[in-house]
Amino acid sequence: MMRPYTPKDNVQAKAYYTDRFWVAPRIAEEPVPKEGIYAEDLDALSAKCKVLKAYIQRGQLVIHIDPKDNITALKTLKEERWYEMLSEMSAVDFLAERGGFEVFYQILNLNTAQRIRIKCFVDENEAIESVNPLYRSADWAEREMWDLMGVKVNNHPYLKRLIMPDDWEGHPLRKTYPLEGDEFAQWYEVDKIFGKEARDIIGPENRDPARIDRYDTERFARLGHEVPRGTPPEELKKLEEEGVVTPVRYQEEEGVFLVKDLNEEPKVLDKRK
Amino acid sequence: MQQTNKLQPFFENLEFEREDNHMVINFGPQHPSAHGQLRLILELDGEQVVRAVPDIGYLHRGMEKMAENMIYNEFLPTTDRMDYIAATSNNYGYALAVERLLGIEDKVPRRAKVIRTILLELNRIISHLFWLATHALDVGAMSVFLYCFREREYAMDLMEDYCGARLTHSAVRIGGVPLDLPEGWLGQLAKYVNELPNNIKDYEDLLTENRIWRMRLEGVGVIDADLAKSWGCTGPILRATGIEYDIRKEEPYELYDELEFDIPVTDTGDSYGRYKLYMEEMRQSVRIIQQLITMYDKTEPELMAHVPQYISAPKEDIMTQNYSLMQHFVLVTQGMRPPVGEVYVPTESPKGELGFYINSQGDPYPYRLKVRAPSFWHCGILQDLLPGCYIADIVTIIGNTNIVFGEIDR
Repeated sequence: MMRPYTPKDNVQAKAYYTDRFWVAPRIAEEPVPKEGIYAEDLDALSAKCKVLKAYIQRGQLVIHIDPKDNITALKTLKEERWYEMLSEMSAVDFLAERGGFEVFYQILNLNTAQRIRIKCFVDENEAIESVNPLYRSADWAEREMWDLMGVKVNNHPYLKRLIMPDDWEGHPLRKTYPLEGDEFAQWYEVDKIFGKEARDIIGPENRDPARIDRYDTERFARLGHEVPRGTPPEELKKLEEEGVVTPVRYQEEEGVFLVKDLNEEPKVLDKRK
Repeated sequence: MQQTNKLQPFFENLEFEREDNHMVINFGPQHPSAHGQLRLILELDGEQVVRAVPDIGYLHRGMEKMAENMIYNEFLPTTDRMDYIAATSNNYGYALAVERLLGIEDKVPRRAKVIRTILLELNRIISHLFWLATHALDVGAMSVFLYCFREREYAMDLMEDYCGARLTHSAVRIGGVPLDLPEGWLGQLAKYVNELPNNIKDYEDLLTENRIWRMRLEGVGVIDADLAKSWGCTGPILRATGIEYDIRKEEPYELYDELEFDIPVTDTGDSYGRYKLYMEEMRQSVRIIQQLITMYDKTEPELMAHVPQYISAPKEDIMTQNYSLMQHFVLVTQGMRPPVGEVYVPTESPKGELGFYINSQGDPYPYRLKVRAPSFWHCGILQDLLPGCYIADIVTIIGNTNIVFGEIDR
């Protein structure tokens, strides 16, 4: 039997059935009206840099520009058109289809309550200039974009991973990133704490919350002197006499105050039901 | 036998003592006043902060990645876990974004809109009460904490009566709400909101003129308008800098354009000013809910939008009509397929602007979903806000910015 082919450039969940004649409808890209605030914004912008495409989608102006013009464009809109807030920026992964990312800047004019989305297409090996000098909020947004998508940013003051650990490999929001956790993710904690050579001793992580550990121990309060669960009483008594294990003395047996014997008929599952 | 514990303390090359008398300390990630898993690396000169580096990511669950692998309806309960203090505001923000993507925003029945707006404002009250309680506890006012939690408990009981859950509500669906209000619920709500202004007055009596409260809040954590705009701060933080910007008023959604309410503004920019705003916002929420209670009776009983292409028909139709059943089956197993395009939809959550950016390529799964969570930026601003503060003020500032780590790390 042949194994089904799964494309490696996009490992995301996919629709299991799509009609062969089905064509996805598109949201209309309306032309920008000749008059009004958006028209003025667009005029101010096209005087300073090249506008590749501009349209209105669901009430918001969307402008496509060249990635090299991002500082010029945002500066123009901020200083001449009072788009003073960068409410969001991030990227969309189009590596498989077009070999790059679509970076978007969502800006807001607080006086007119109007929003513009500036978009530019960045190739995989190309870097985009940081807009941190214009908007401080780009500091964390660009770090997150670098961390999760792997879009390179030039002249950022502190381009370091924000959400994932500093020494993480790979960029989790890419379409190629495995959903189940790759080998690096699986051994991350073991490698970091004990070293790679301990992988064999510790074994892979078991994520079954109902797992019953057969190598479980009792009397684990005294570190290094634990007793394997199910040790025969006579052997345990011998260990207690040797002083290897501290004997437990209950309140009922004139032992330690408040340490009660709750042990009658213990209910221990040996395996999962 | 168990392995002996080889886990050594690990300080990531922090230098604790240096020649210039500066000390670097590690605040968190486990700290009772950090309101979640916030780690701050602070460089101190005496008790004064010289540099602060917030370190986040301890609660990262990859929600944006999860969204890309779920059909649109499936992702809705996950949004509860972002701002878990006010879950309905997340559910609603997401539902509205998908509705706008589908173009069915105006097809949501009026009764559903009334119920959603009531839930949103009730959640605002719950969130603000929680904020006041924990913030007051951080600053040292224990009794306010107990009073606030009492009122929050009543509000959560109301939520529980409506949807069965106290924290993670999922009470909103794409296209409407699944359930009508239970009998007598509006009466209980009216009783609660009529009583609440008296309770708010009690908290104010305990705090507003309290010497300790004022000394610890006045002039602490001052954010001016330029810094707030530059950092993308929204909600009460922006309104405390003198900018009157509330998305409910400026870009109205749901029924907010029909309701009468005021936007409290102050220009002090400090923690005390923000405290005053929160108190006033709760009163405005009470006012909004009182208007909505009278609106409810004038609505038709329909609860979900009638758009068979995207949204399942009512239960009676599914059980009686073959075509509705088929469509329901396809929508549940395959999911709706929105048109190709993208939207960014902002809503005013209790903490600020909660926006959802959805990029759809026509598949049942969103191609990219980005959550613009207000706390993310309110946490980022700490690195510009904390230098110059004293270490005792850090607790006030973190508490006052009202950050929730579920939505910072997502």
